[in-house]
Amino acid sequence: MDTAQGIISNAQVQELIDIVRKVHGFDFSGYTKASLKRRLTRIMLLNKFEFYDLKHVLINDADFFQGFLEEITVNVTEMFRDPSFYKAVNTQVVPYLSTYQHVKIWSAGCSTGEEVYSMAILLNEAGLGKKSFIYGTDINTEVLREARKGIYSLRNIKSYAENYQYTGLKGSITDHFTILYDAASIHNELKQNTLFSVHNLISDTVFNEFQMISCRNVFIYFETFLQERILDLFYKSLCPLGYLCLGSKETIRSDSFKSKFKVINQKENIYQKVGT
Amino acid sequence: MGPDNKLLERWHDAQIVLFGGSAGSFKILFRIIKDLPEKLGKTVILIIHRKKNFFSEIEKLFAENSRMYMREIEDKDILKTNTMYIAPANYHTLIEDGGYFSLDVSEPVWYSKPSIDVTFESAAEVYGNKCAAILLSGANQDGAGGMLKLRESGALTIAQEPADAEMPEMPRSAINLGAADYILTQDEIFKLLLS
Repeated sequence: MDTAQGIISNAQVQELIDIVRKVHGFDFSGYTKASLKRRLTRIMLLNKFEFYDLKHVLINDADFFQGFLEEITVNVTEMFRDPSFYKAVNTQVVPYLSTYQHVKIWSAGCSTGEEVYSMAILLNEAGLGKKSFIYGTDINTEVLREARKGIYSLRNIKSYAENYQYTGLKGSITDHFTILYDAASIHNELKQNTLFSVHNLISDTVFNEFQMISCRNVFIYFETFLQERILDLFYKSLCPLGYLCLGSKETIRSDSFKSKFKVINQKENIYQKVGT
Repeated sequence: MGPDNKLLERWHDAQIVLFGGSAGSFKILFRIIKDLPEKLGKTVILIIHRKKNFFSEIEKLFAENSRMYMREIEDKDILKTNTMYIAPANYHTLIEDGGYFSLDVSEPVWYSKPSIDVTFESAAEVYGNKCAAILLSGANQDGAGGMLKLRESGALTIAQEPADAEMPEMPRSAINLGAADYILTQDEIFKLLLS
């Protein structure tokens, strides 16, 4: 049973959080516990580890941690995920972005880059490709390496093609890729407008100013106090009237931030920075 | 035959009711949401397999026809009594220690997202014997492992009588695993829900 919980106790989860913080400098204490526990259980089952084994490798095996991080942080993503979101961005955000000389966008928690390239395609189709730049960040160096390559399996592209149709963009998703045997490589002109780098939402600070920040399906892994801290980081990273896009099931709950953001699209959770 | 007294007692004690349904469960689920009273005095959670982007009308149809207040779960929603929650398509729904939901987009379980196992297991961890779980028609084995976990945690677990289900595999898997306290037909399930 790959989802079996209860293999480790809450106290043991806390012990692992403390080890990871002390040994590797990553703080998972603000992560939602049920999800974290599920990921830890999965790692133990995949490696046939008892609790003691997992503790041992986390402390003594430096190479293990990168894979551990990859497994803990969920990297399931797809191109044009939730097509109605891209539709909304196209009609409600792009007209605003087009008024800028230079457009800077931050995709936070970008994983293997699908979201970044989806946005690059969208902006290109809107004629903003040349003046836009998209930063993709993640805490995980391994997924960023994949993102920089921009090469996806053809099988995945086929399933993304359906999403693409739903966005209302013209043409087909394959117009933006070079197909090589069973792989699809994103066009260079789209890659040129992207930069992938490591950024930890929990411990790192503001690194640029953006007209739009997209952070979808990332907040769900954080407790509300941590969500609030990251909202503050996003608020400070947005230009006045800049847009913040959260996932369709992730709303701004904190009262102090509700007054700092105006709801642009309630269903897609697109917000605009207001106030100062 | 009506539900026995022990079953009735455990049903009335349950504070959280979980329904798991997959292929062939739509009709019975639709009747359940229509029949349950506005003030059931319980929290109801529905985990239904469905494809993303396609049957998103299910939520609307259910919400329009339920007497109980119904909402699709958003991340960090708090579990409230007399509220019916539906797990969103394309996310797993987890229940956290503080009595709220968190969502998760990790790999499908039994090809399913939402997975019934995932929600049942986390409900078992947090609420254990305060739960009642009813597993309905379906064509795969999702829900069986989670239901076993619930049963071991003292929850009341009910599988739909496979002969009575459009797709018997899901409830049958739970029964074979020894996860079901009771095996009930649709009629018996309705008698219990409205008792």
